[in-house]
Amino acid sequence: MLVVEDLTARYGPIEALRSASLRVGAGEIVAVLGPNGAGKTTMLAAIMGLIKPVSGRVLLQGRDITRQDPERVVRLGVSLVPEHRRIFKNLTVRENLRLGAAARRGGPWDADLGGLLELFPILAERMGQLAGFLSGGEAQQLAIARALMGAPRLLLLDEPSLGLAPRLVESLFELIAGMRARGFTILLVEQNAYQALEIADRAYVLSNGRIQVEAPAEVLRDEEELMRAYVGTGGGQAAAGATAERGAGDRRAAP
Amino acid sequence: MTDVFQQILNGVSLGATYALLALGLAIVFSILHLVNFAHGELITIPAYVMLGLYAAGLPWFVFAPAGVIAGVVAALVMERLAFRPVRHASPTTMLLTSFGLSIFIQSFLQILVSPRPQALPQPEWLRSSFLLGGLRVQSEHLLTIGVTAAALVGLVVLLRRSVIGTAMRAAAEDFDAVRLMGIKANRVVASAFALSGGLAGVAAVLILSRRGTVSPHMGLMPVLSAFVANVIGGIGNLWGAVLGGFLLGFVEVALRAWLPSQVAGFTTGFLFLFVGILLLFKPEGLFGARTAVRV
Repeated sequence: MLVVEDLTARYGPIEALRSASLRVGAGEIVAVLGPNGAGKTTMLAAIMGLIKPVSGRVLLQGRDITRQDPERVVRLGVSLVPEHRRIFKNLTVRENLRLGAAARRGGPWDADLGGLLELFPILAERMGQLAGFLSGGEAQQLAIARALMGAPRLLLLDEPSLGLAPRLVESLFELIAGMRARGFTILLVEQNAYQALEIADRAYVLSNGRIQVEAPAEVLRDEEELMRAYVGTGGGQAAAGATAERGAGDRRAAP
Repeated sequence: MTDVFQQILNGVSLGATYALLALGLAIVFSILHLVNFAHGELITIPAYVMLGLYAAGLPWFVFAPAGVIAGVVAALVMERLAFRPVRHASPTTMLLTSFGLSIFIQSFLQILVSPRPQALPQPEWLRSSFLLGGLRVQSEHLLTIGVTAAALVGLVVLLRRSVIGTAMRAAAEDFDAVRLMGIKANRVVASAFALSGGLAGVAAVLILSRRGTVSPHMGLMPVLSAFVANVIGGIGNLWGAVLGGFLLGFVEVALRAWLPSQVAGFTTGFLFLFVGILLLFKPEGLFGARTAVRV
């Protein structure tokens, strides 16, 4: 589905991503793990075309989409659920979903709204409310639902568990696992390594802008030493402080 | 009583024009963070188009709508040729671009048409007035109120009901997130300019119905007032801009009508004094978002 080859990207003088390669097969959940500032968000921004990579290629189903505009990448079937959700707070839940469907081709915009709302029953009750009034967990669900409205072939999730209470994190990961059962292909970027590994098929560990490890998720689950070295225990809090000076690479992808 | 009623109508009329202009500025600002100083030329260009069509012998009912369309087209051309190349530059660069554009268009009209005001006679029926429940109403006021109301309702419907309108409201919040929906940035920006130009075109029709002459600098004063209206309402807030426009119109008319004749020449000064006092108490404008940074 998605092949990333030797991708290098910069934020100003900082090389946030160095010759990183990965692949995501159809129907897979692939996790990219790594501490804060490792280059995870940069990787997604470069795939989406929000930043233009210096070198390397991004292929979607064999088609080169490197350095395309984000609008175009979305229309080719890749949706990003950005870090910090970035839902439109002054719009209603319905309007958020309506915009999410803008990239659809043909048919009425709400053709599979009903099916989608089965995954997100809370949103069905909040359709007319302003998205700014949603709780953190609801807002994250809206961000995911909004991305799914575009009927993507590939869904990119950037730190979906960020800022959610532990109980909500668990149900969020259940939801993501449930999406695989519905045939979605997902690239999941997470600091919360252990929970991501619970639901992922394969995982990459990214650190310092480089892919350090690629392995099936069940192998990484048992590699405690390795995970501690690169990601830190308990969802990455320990690693976050240690790598703060490298944090520039993981900022949200504003131009 | 009749006098007060007359002045209220004058205030609504003037305020409506300011509101339309302020709204156009606010729409573009909310999305691009561009203060478009060339907005005044979106009054001037439609006015000259109307002048040309009038000279060609066409009636008001043809040249007035054509003026509105000219506003839309002029705004789209402005966006494409002047602002799109500098969209990712700093706000200062965009601001200076708009200044340059404004000067360019004014000079162009001065050199190629005429530096002097030219008459654009308005139809008889616009000059007429009639009695409504014992009160005298001028057709011009009725036109202004009707057209402004229609434009505002149309704008609300567009922003609320259409996808592009929804996308424009979303873009005011987070432009990149809109692009992540697969909506083309250029389309959103162009739509904002088209709306802004259309509203300025409507304002041009209304301004001409009052002054009846066309000149290269005619856009300057109305747009300065529209900037002030934006500041009053809170910059970038659409309904704040409308309210600021009406408030400014009312205060200006009130000052003009009731200032003693010795100081009547200082109407604008008193107007800005009023705005200054207002901003002392509400520095972010009536509906502006309070910013965390205070100096």
